[in-house]
Amino acid sequence: MTTGQIAALVAVMAVVTFLTRALPFLLFGRGGKPPEVVLYLGRFLPPAVIAMLIVYCYRGATFASPAGWAPGLIAGAAVVALHLWKKNNMLSIVGGTILYMVLVQVVF
Amino acid sequence: MNRKSLAAAFPHTVPVLMGYLSIGLVFGWMLSAAGFAPTWAAIMSVTIYAGSGQYLGVDLLANASPLGDAAFLTLMINFRHLVYGLSMLEKFQGMGWRKLYMIFSLTDETYALLAGVEAPSDVDAKDFYFTIALLDHLYWIAGSILGAVAGALITINTEGIDFAMTALFLVIAVEQWQSNKKHAPVYLGALGTLACLLLLGPDNGRFLIPALGILVAGLLLLRPLLEGNGTTKGGEGL
Repeated sequence: MTTGQIAALVAVMAVVTFLTRALPFLLFGRGGKPPEVVLYLGRFLPPAVIAMLIVYCYRGATFASPAGWAPGLIAGAAVVALHLWKKNNMLSIVGGTILYMVLVQVVF
Repeated sequence: MNRKSLAAAFPHTVPVLMGYLSIGLVFGWMLSAAGFAPTWAAIMSVTIYAGSGQYLGVDLLANASPLGDAAFLTLMINFRHLVYGLSMLEKFQGMGWRKLYMIFSLTDETYALLAGVEAPSDVDAKDFYFTIALLDHLYWIAGSILGAVAGALITINTEGIDFAMTALFLVIAVEQWQSNKKHAPVYLGALGTLACLLLLGPDNGRFLIPALGILVAGLLLLRPLLEGNGTTKGGEGL
């Protein structure tokens, strides 16, 4: 990628992120009331989107050999178990990632 | 920002300091492992400033994603911000030029702090809010740069470090699961996306666009079921 292409991607991410934060102020800053359906989606869409993104993360899984799916499944289960147990973001993320790296580099 | 508001604000931000240094460090390291100079980690953390958004950003950069796809995915992952802004409308009133920065820097953690703390009576409330927002941003930038530089200097085999993004989303999902009583949106999101993935294949993540359509349509259909006393709070971090 050229520097320009990287900068363009970063700029798009920055502008869109800012827009999601600014939109409520632009639309309802002068006393307008947000529609009920917007509030409803704002509450229930995020858990659905996170589930969607987890599927996105696993989109590269293949099933010809265990190496294509087992590391992701094992490390993913470890992240969930660690987080249910200790509730420590850093421990869950770093612990699961190191386990995954060991699995793909050494075990499978 | 002055000394008085700094002294009042800093103790409240210590948990965010720990969190942002570590999550930012992993972000910077991932970006370095994907082959990007530490400068980019700094630029992204200054201008984008979103935890899960920037983890996804590493993936978008590593795959040289088209700009439209990047815009779409960034919008999706940050959709929850719409709700944060709604509850800060009054708090940010009368902040002048600093209001723009307050809106820009409204991350999950800063939102949680601003929603939960009161300024001491001898400190100007606007200064206090602004200082909290600025400190959190600085922690995030510092963590990202530390991780990016460490990733550039320490040459270990980093194959698989991109799993940190998956791990982060799994952590968020666990926390959402525990704070929400109704899990239909999670099933809808997982099954709807899986169906689109199986039908359309994994290339470029394009299956996410119809998947999102299914999610929104499904949620609108489920509205009578979900509305009411289903949740306690948003329950989302990062």
